Amino acid sequence: MRRHAHPARAAWLVLAGLVVFMLVLAGCGGGDDDSDSTGGGGGEALQQLGKGEGQVNLISWAGYVEPGWSKPFEQKTGCKVNNKVAGTSDEMVKLMESGQYDGVSASGNATARLVAADEVSPVNVDLVPNYETVFADLKDQPYNTFDGEPYGIPHGRGANLLMWNDDDVSPPPTSWDVILDPKLAAQHSGKISVYDDPIYIADAAVYLKTHEPDLEIENPYQLNDEQFEAAVNLLKEQAPNVGEYWSEAEKQISAFANGDAQVGTTWQYQYFALLEEEEPVAASPASQGFLPKEGATGWSDTWMISNKAKHPNCMYEWMNWIIEPKVNAEVAEWFGEAPAQSLACDETENPDFCADYHADNPAFWKRVYYWETPLADCGDGSGDCKDYNEWIKAWTAIKG
Amino acid sequence: MAVEAAAPRRSAGRRLAGLFYGRPRLQVGTLLAGPVGWLVIGYIGSLIVLLVTAFWSVDALSGEVVQEFSLENFEALWNEPVYRDIVGRTVGVAAAVTVTDALLAFPIAFYMAKIASNRGKAILVVAILLPLWSSYLVKVLAWRTMLSDGGIINWALEPFGLNGPGYGIVAVWLVMSYLWLPYMILPIYAGLERIPDSLISASEDLGAHPFTTFRRVILPLAFPAVVAGSIFTFSLTLGDYITPRLVSSDQFIGNVIFNSIVNDQPFAAALALVPIVVMIAYLLVARKLGAFEHV
Repeated sequence: MRRHAHPARAAWLVLAGLVVFMLVLAGCGGGDDDSDSTGGGGGEALQQLGKGEGQVNLISWAGYVEPGWSKPFEQKTGCKVNNKVAGTSDEMVKLMESGQYDGVSASGNATARLVAADEVSPVNVDLVPNYETVFADLKDQPYNTFDGEPYGIPHGRGANLLMWNDDDVSPPPTSWDVILDPKLAAQHSGKISVYDDPIYIADAAVYLKTHEPDLEIENPYQLNDEQFEAAVNLLKEQAPNVGEYWSEAEKQISAFANGDAQVGTTWQYQYFALLEEEEPVAASPASQGFLPKEGATGWSDTWMISNKAKHPNCMYEWMNWIIEPKVNAEVAEWFGEAPAQSLACDETENPDFCADYHADNPAFWKRVYYWETPLADCGDGSGDCKDYNEWIKAWTAIKG
Repeated sequence: MAVEAAAPRRSAGRRLAGLFYGRPRLQVGTLLAGPVGWLVIGYIGSLIVLLVTAFWSVDALSGEVVQEFSLENFEALWNEPVYRDIVGRTVGVAAAVTVTDALLAFPIAFYMAKIASNRGKAILVVAILLPLWSSYLVKVLAWRTMLSDGGIINWALEPFGLNGPGYGIVAVWLVMSYLWLPYMILPIYAGLERIPDSLISASEDLGAHPFTTFRRVILPLAFPAVVAGSIFTFSLTLGDYITPRLVSSDQFIGNVIFNSIVNDQPFAAALALVPIVVMIAYLLVARKLGAFEHV
């Protein structure tokens, strides 16, 4: 053995060896391609409800599965609830792909991906008695029904509002132009608060739909090259005026409370939290239908069942439980969104809750574009749209 | 165990012991197998997996990873100006934080090592370690409150007609400099401790000006320690993504990795190679400067 080999040379040799090894590995990996990915719509819906399996594994948004209503569920059905909280729609899709979960509370920007990836089964709504009294405008929607079959149970919904500080912004804005028109936005430079997620590009598309009719934007989530570029450019112009991109509700609440933000896009949750702290915030009034004139983006969440579910009976029990009037009211009030169950409005602790959140006001929701997954085939195979990966890359470029 | 009972015939344990007798290399090898295996599999192995993944790509339609060699990710990294900006910003702030911490840490460490009494030394060490006991997140959120428009910094500067930095890149620099300072002080302190006082006395006896003593005697001897500290501050800043998220809207390398990790792991892996390459370059420069010669 050569004990006195030059140490530097030896180190270089090791490094070179590692590089070669890695290149070989990278090159050879192509063999095991097990993607049968293009097939949409998977599995059969459950035909008959059997006995509970003793437990159920859920993926949910924070605040959707809380002891307040999961403990009574366990006592009633004998299904122990194992909950995994996910922070983003992307995370939910990844977790569902592991095949270890029975169901997920998916937003509209995850549902189509889950169906396309063949991870979820249609839901037999006859086995979910409470489904009947769910608000009609939440059923048969493009984000929860595919090929005419319901793929989930609506849970609740919310809209992304325009919120401003009454002391700093006057007159009260009636349009998103206050943060999206470059001239008007410059008046609040450094004090604009924007949701930090690629899906925000759709907000720009909603604005352009009204203000640039030549672009012919139909669905703000399915954008062709020209429409997408226009939306991205609008947001790039907005970026220098943005004080802060928020991703956690608490971050935005503190920004508005401390005067770091004057105007921006928000959820009902933050708006009511700030009102409760008696901050001088305002949102579009009833005379405007509670939304800026262009309408707004929003979300509508759906409980879906995995086609690999090991506890399908418990999952059906859960889907029925979560839209039980009393439970759905509890969840909605806890999280700060409109309940999906029409009977829930009689059960809320705050008697005005459903009115505040416009739960039973279809005219309000008509102007809300629920989050959808941007897909390359525009979702209906009609054309050539930008897929979600391009949205992510564009979002990085917008923030700079 | 069965050691005594099987005295005539050699028990398994004894045979094993015999195997090691007179074979020092085997002894050392067995002793180190665990930790070295951990290092190779847990650290180097995962790094290799990362390197390999960086050359794969994601299928746009299904979102699944395509395990075929491609340079797509690196081309995107190189061609999109936004990534150059982000890398430049991250490295720039890391360098600024490192210089700031070195300037702040040296006098403190020097006082601790050479001037303070034993008692004072102990108090100072505790004072420096104390912030490390509280949660990182709590410290960053405290800074977020202090830096806000109605926060204590603006309040204190108001009488002078000044305004605090607000949220942004300056805030990131401030908070990171605060967070990583102990990691700079401790190595410099340890390095200065090892310099014999007699060298300083000798320099003085030979008529050197205190500044000359510092420049010609103390600094060269303490330099490896400064570099050791700078490796901490530099690499910790390079990798952090929570501070930029909480006190600014600026994107750092870590933020982009975080945003792409779910949908596009290969791209995230390619991006993760950037700090590694930067760190290797940094260490090579440090070696050129003689940082590792006295270690």
